[in-house]
Amino acid sequence: MRPGRLLAQLAAHAVLVAGGVAMVLPFWWMLLTAFRPAEEIFTGGIALFPERFHGLANFEQALTSAPLLRFMLNGVIVCAGILVVQLAVAIPAAYALAKLPFTGTRLLFGCVVGAIAIPIQVPALPLYLAFAELRLLNTYFALMFPFFLSVFAIFLLRQVFKQYPDEIIQAARLDGAGEFEIVWRFVVPAAAPAIAAFSIFSIVAHWNDLYWPLIVITETRLAPPPLGMLFFRDAETGSNYGALMAGATMITAPLVLAFLVARRRFIQGITMTGLK
Amino acid sequence: MDAAVPLPRESITTRVLRPQRRRALTGAAFAAPATILLALIHVVPIFVLFALSATDYELGAIATRAVGLANYERAFADPAFRRSLANTFLYVAIVLPASVLLGLLVALLVHARTRSRSLYEVIYFLPVTSTLIAMATVWQFVLHPTLGPVAAVLRAFDRATPSFLTEPALVLPTLAFIGIWQLVGFNMVLFLAGLSTIPRDLYEAAALDGAAGAVDRFLRVTWPMLGPTTMFVTVTSAITAFKVFDTVAVLTQGGPMGASSVVLYAIYLEAFQYFHLGYAAALTVIFLAFVIVFALAQAFAFDRRVHYA
Repeated sequence: MRPGRLLAQLAAHAVLVAGGVAMVLPFWWMLLTAFRPAEEIFTGGIALFPERFHGLANFEQALTSAPLLRFMLNGVIVCAGILVVQLAVAIPAAYALAKLPFTGTRLLFGCVVGAIAIPIQVPALPLYLAFAELRLLNTYFALMFPFFLSVFAIFLLRQVFKQYPDEIIQAARLDGAGEFEIVWRFVVPAAAPAIAAFSIFSIVAHWNDLYWPLIVITETRLAPPPLGMLFFRDAETGSNYGALMAGATMITAPLVLAFLVARRRFIQGITMTGLK
Repeated sequence: MDAAVPLPRESITTRVLRPQRRRALTGAAFAAPATILLALIHVVPIFVLFALSATDYELGAIATRAVGLANYERAFADPAFRRSLANTFLYVAIVLPASVLLGLLVALLVHARTRSRSLYEVIYFLPVTSTLIAMATVWQFVLHPTLGPVAAVLRAFDRATPSFLTEPALVLPTLAFIGIWQLVGFNMVLFLAGLSTIPRDLYEAAALDGAAGAVDRFLRVTWPMLGPTTMFVTVTSAITAFKVFDTVAVLTQGGPMGASSVVLYAIYLEAFQYFHLGYAAALTVIFLAFVIVFALAQAFAFDRRVHYA
């Protein structure tokens, strides 16, 4: 290898490693602090590993001072509930828009495209008033309802379903299959990669969402992870960094671990939208 | 171009017409739940929002009056809201160029790697998947004036650590730094996708044309070919940055003295802390106007991206 090339390669790695350190810095500091005893947190300074491994004591303390497992269970319930309804609503709608033209197709599709860009903060105020009126604040239903319709899912799946060959659909019809059966037995399995990618996008978005839960949930026991983290911070008045970082570790772990396991799918799912 | 696909003439016989109509009915039925939810979640609330923005409605108030455009006049004269608008634009002005250029730089460097590529990809994408609320709390501790690693490093150089999140001049840049940290990996992936679509022979052709060196290759081939991707990444980053909320809500609550108040946080306070719902509705409409401008730019960029790819 020519020396110039080698130098260029070294420079590239140097830049990437420097940036990488900045990327990993908070994760490392979080883990380090979570496994450190209190006195080391206050005096230990920079270290790669804790001098004295504090075991899970900080985690135990985090779990006793806030219902972190409950927050995560709430996160699972809310994400699962949202995703199931999103798919149950979006799949038939997307199929109808792709393959079953009806009066109003264009209008509906226009509304879908128009609504993609509208973030939750826009309808939040009227929706809040409606939930307050119906006495549905502080319920799982209030947490999930605004996200039951994913216009993005409809848009994406319509594109995918449009590519599905009409001949197969026709053949299935001649065999006596109803449209409902065609969707779930033929079209949906063929669109599995897109559905998986969307599912990851949806779960990541709703596991991490703070704005809407902050508005409709005031009871600790119903808080999803980010809102729970906010309650937890306020409860941990200042000084117990070990427990705080242990809590942050637990709340971040599920998605980060899932990402490390299914790297490709995650990257595809989160970036296909171009939304964040 | 899609909905009204004209049927071939000969297929419209009485025998085929009936299943055709049945299918249209099925289609309408399949789309019905989505249509109802669309109306309940998007269409009706937007109308209510506009109506509210023309009133002085407050939660718990005895009487509500129509006030026309007074809320909008008030918003643009309100120093607190103007400040949050200015802060938001300053935040965008820091995050947007930094996250796009760093995303591009990292993508270019990562793209040229072979064995270490996936390792770097994981490292840079890690912040994207993590829960921002939790990681913001961690950043606060990392930047802690006495206990954090940043303070330890600065101490080694005999420098005092500023209080990044309580000093008015530093708070917005610090929040912007966290925003950049979360966005670089996302932009990197979008740029990597763009880079993978550039045909190899273009570089060979450029070499034959006398393009020598990495910079020359970049300016002659990579940069022009990445044009649509760059545009798309720019608009997307602008939208993400404009919607900054989480870090402000967790770390500063708009403080100190409004130095980190941003549009969404101002709306949140007016609506859900002070319950000035009419005024908050007007602020939301202003926010929506910005979102629509960004969205139109994004649609334009998305079209171009698809076209080039």
